[in-house]
Amino acid sequence: MSDTVLANAAPPLPPPETPWQRIRREFLASRLAVLGLVLLLLAVGVAVFAPWLSPQNPYDIGKLDIFDSKLPPGSTSADGSLRHWLGTDGQARDLLSAIFYGLRTSLLVSGVSVAAALAIGSLVGLAAAYFGGWIDALLMRIVDIQLSFPAILVALILLALLGKGVDKIIIALVVVQWAYFARAARGAALVERAKEYVEAAQCMALGWPRVLLRHMLPNCLPPLIVIATIDLAHAIALESTLSFLGVGVPVTEPSLGMLIANGFEFLLSGHYWISFFPGIALALAIVGINLVGDHLRDVLNPRNVH
Amino acid sequence: MLAYIIRRLLQAVLVMGVMSGLVFVGLYVIGDPVSMMASPEATELDREAIRATFGLDKPLWQQYAVFMSHAVRLDFGKSFLTGQPAMGLILERMPATLELACVAMLVSAGVGVPLGLWAGLKPQALSSRAIMTGSVLGFSLPNFWVGLMLIMVFAVALGWLPAGGRGRTVMVGPLGLSVLTLDGWQRLILPALTIAAAKTALIIRVTRAATREALPMDYIKFARAKGLRWSRILGVHLLKNILIPIVTVSGLEFGQVVAFAVVTETIFAWPGMGKLLLDSIITLDRPVVVAYLILIVFFLVMLNLVVDILYSVLDPRVRLQAGKA
Repeated sequence: MSDTVLANAAPPLPPPETPWQRIRREFLASRLAVLGLVLLLLAVGVAVFAPWLSPQNPYDIGKLDIFDSKLPPGSTSADGSLRHWLGTDGQARDLLSAIFYGLRTSLLVSGVSVAAALAIGSLVGLAAAYFGGWIDALLMRIVDIQLSFPAILVALILLALLGKGVDKIIIALVVVQWAYFARAARGAALVERAKEYVEAAQCMALGWPRVLLRHMLPNCLPPLIVIATIDLAHAIALESTLSFLGVGVPVTEPSLGMLIANGFEFLLSGHYWISFFPGIALALAIVGINLVGDHLRDVLNPRNVH
Repeated sequence: MLAYIIRRLLQAVLVMGVMSGLVFVGLYVIGDPVSMMASPEATELDREAIRATFGLDKPLWQQYAVFMSHAVRLDFGKSFLTGQPAMGLILERMPATLELACVAMLVSAGVGVPLGLWAGLKPQALSSRAIMTGSVLGFSLPNFWVGLMLIMVFAVALGWLPAGGRGRTVMVGPLGLSVLTLDGWQRLILPALTIAAAKTALIIRVTRAATREALPMDYIKFARAKGLRWSRILGVHLLKNILIPIVTVSGLEFGQVVAFAVVTETIFAWPGMGKLLLDSIITLDRPVVVAYLILIVFFLVMLNLVVDILYSVLDPRVRLQAGKA
């Protein structure tokens, strides 16, 4: 008697979890992943709102006072108007403001280049897998040759040819990165191509652009998103390295790498903070992106669906 | 096997040809090397003389044809800047770079493999988690910044080690090695550690993944069932099998290290070929840049080949096919 009452009172089964809910739940279950996400959002937030967050506009040379150069962290500027929490650099820029603006340049360059490389690489990879034959062979041979060169060398030579500038470094980063996406997209697309829904779409006499972009592309996206995330970290590191070597962004728009390079000349005289703090900012951004990418890979891996 | 090796070498020659052509044209377009070589008060006549000396007065395709006809005889032209043979300049700097790369890779393997094994054997232990978190830091930290911080701590703040340059070298045959002198070691440690920081992190991760994959295998269970000592199972059965991915990754990373030496050598004023490349790019010294690229392509292809061959030696299941490149 009491058994039936209990059975009736049992709550109905919860609705099945959608894939997005599962991904969110599993992602948020890891404390490291959440930490990474917080770091990433913080970096993006600072980059977007840099003009409003910065105590000083570091690009406005008229506002800079030469007596304020190389002030240690926590000191006040000569006219007492501004407190430099992280000190100032060799050109009297407030380091905190310079880092905010530098993060902006770094994230802009790497974000745009990864997005472009993702788009170009995915299309090439999808086309190679879809058409096969000599197109596939040709495209993949180009990818092989491209990947056999260390990225830093290719980018270095390209920038030597193109010259300095934010647009130039974006081009160089796209050139060294698209091949990763092409190879990954081809691998994913080869699997999808053998499935019945592609055959069905072809039987309906849909054009190949539609089959490629509307049917196959969405199914190939998860691994590409993971690679894009981790690649963003690579792009930031590579951009800062190139700027450090003096072939990257122009002096007027210093990225984090260039700030570090500027501090290098003062390092030996003990002015450590000019290199130290931009490096910390760079490292935190990269660690955040790597943590997010690492856990996205675990969560988006179809083998892990329970 | 032989057919496979020949095929790979032919591919390398093709890539070297394409690459040298692209760079040749590219550097031709961006600037006039004569403006770098001539003194400011040189007359137009002097400039013409310089152009004629280096063959720069001929049209581009002729310059390239001349370059190629010399290149097949292993003559890669003379540096615009110093007048010395370009390849000779690079080969002169090569031992310094290779020494740095070798020491860095040995440090990475020596530290990375034991730590990775530990993390793979005890994945839940606190120490293992600390190792893995450390490895994320290792390859997240920008390499050049690690170098600067090492200088800051050990050269500026503590004053224990010099900040740059290469120490005294001892000639061993044709090679000048600095690992044989105390001064050489003192100057080698910081740049080697800078490179090793990122590579150790990578080797830890590869070793851990391979260990975790190998542990549940039947041959490990069988070895334990036979009552073998744990040290023997680890040292012989496990290590032999996880060596394959470790060797592959280390080999390919060695090429990256040599290429990436540009950065480390710039920071530590290490007189290797990476520093030479950067200087040559800035001064538009075209023969040196082209010669460097040809050499590095050759080096990378050879490295890939050696790794592939090692792979088939370590794992008899892998058979190299002439058709598959």
